[in-house]
Amino acid sequence: MRVGMEFFIGLSAILFCLGLYGALSKRSAVMILMSLELMANAVNINLVAFSRFVTPKVMTGQFFAVFMMVVAAAEIGLGLALVLALYRQTQTIEVQFLNELKG
Amino acid sequence: MLSTVSGVAALGMSAIVVGAAVMMLTSRNVVHAAFWMLGSMLGTAGVYLLLSATFVALVQVMVYAGAVAVLLLFVIMLTLRRREDAVRSRDFSAVALALAVLFGGVMLYVLWGLHVPAAPMPAIVPGIEEFGLLLFSTWMLPFEIASLVLTVALVGAVWWSGGRRGR
Repeated sequence: MRVGMEFFIGLSAILFCLGLYGALSKRSAVMILMSLELMANAVNINLVAFSRFVTPKVMTGQFFAVFMMVVAAAEIGLGLALVLALYRQTQTIEVQFLNELKG
Repeated sequence: MLSTVSGVAALGMSAIVVGAAVMMLTSRNVVHAAFWMLGSMLGTAGVYLLLSATFVALVQVMVYAGAVAVLLLFVIMLTLRRREDAVRSRDFSAVALALAVLFGGVMLYVLWGLHVPAAPMPAIVPGIEEFGLLLFSTWMLPFEIASLVLTVALVGAVWWSGGRRGR
């Protein structure tokens, strides 16, 4: 049995939905960041699959995936720094307690 | 070379990726969830190897399975006051589930009618050497911008998380 590009795009869609569910339902800021990483991962799988099956010689998707990883690494670094700063100010990382701006 | 990938290996790797992601979302302990995310990232590296993207797989293991997992574990440890705080009550949201299922349904429906002409792989699979040559010729400017982005992010992270006492 051999599989083509549709299989990998389907895998990436499922992974993206799992990440979406986590990002919407979790209450801990760290868990939300982890779900965001899952979604970024799904996008990367998509890019690499397109690179393998559409432009195998020039590997455009692979470069996109690598730059995507750079952005995701920057995002997780800044996000976790923000979580630490938040914890220092409010002593909690549960997002339902962060409602100071609520009118 | 064929324009397809071995199905058994692809199914196994996908099972690891999706299974670890589901376990991450359902585990109640935050530390366990971080380790399940690590498993999902390693499975993704296997998927990249199947797609003959050697360099991306290496970067995946180094950046996600290495740096991001360690960073996550550090923050989890720093923001837990007691060991018992790691175990959380189960977060369940029907609205989030409905949204995710709707989104996934639409995506899979679109995927059903999708037909992308697949180009066959060249006889000599482009490896890390070709990747490096292209990276430092065609993709030179994005590479430099990426290094700038990382530097700014690093400085910003230190600035945000560093304690500024007395303010």
